[in-house]
Amino acid sequence: MNIHIPTPLRAYTGGQQTVNVPGATVGEALTQLVGAYPDLRQNLYTGDGKLRSFVNIYLNDDDIRYLPAKEATATGEDDELTIIPSIAGGC
Amino acid sequence: MLKLSHADYEALRAHGEETYPHECCGAMLGHATPDGNQVLQIVRAGNTRTDRAHDRYNIAPEELIKIQRQARKLGFDIVGFYHSHPDCPAQWSKTDFDEAHWVGCSYVITRVNQGKADVTNSFLLTGTNEEDKQFIDEPVEIEMEKTQA
Repeated sequence: MNIHIPTPLRAYTGGQQTVNVPGATVGEALTQLVGAYPDLRQNLYTGDGKLRSFVNIYLNDDDIRYLPAKEATATGEDDELTIIPSIAGGC
Repeated sequence: MLKLSHADYEALRAHGEETYPHECCGAMLGHATPDGNQVLQIVRAGNTRTDRAHDRYNIAPEELIKIQRQARKLGFDIVGFYHSHPDCPAQWSKTDFDEAHWVGCSYVITRVNQGKADVTNSFLLTGTNEEDKQFIDEPVEIEMEKTQA
């Protein structure tokens, strides 16, 4: 399946904006991703292995945090994962 | 250096005037070049912080996904974001810094003073991770003619 990489993380994927990885679930695909590009890990996960709070991962149009099976959600070859860091702030 | 057309520059400032006294926000699409980020299109976004929109902004991830898809279709990247500071300096705040995660992107801030766009500044988020990130002042070059993609 394809995983779309946001601009700030492409430094860790050799400049690729889309990476194709195998994986029967969201979690497997993400494991494959950080296995292939280990420097991504600290940008996506905290030291204890939790997804960083500002990192959003969408399976097609759904935030994986709100999917019933979360990272165990089954995926197909035509599904897409998108990694999107949050944007917020204010004066 | 951040390069953008005069039309886009005026459009993002006008957005801040339209939403005053609330903060506006949006994304900038284009390309990262050796000389800096080149903006070729700006995209307005909604501010989901309706609880305190006068001093906070947030772009819904769902909207960011759509913007990223739009950029991909155009052959562009997301190279930055803009927002306004109603009656506050055009300077990044602690909140802006804490919530900044797009390393390599330009963060444009416009002070909107009593409803009129005033100073506009850009800050480049540099570093490699959350621990060593920093904002650096970034010159803005306004091009009178829009650069073609």
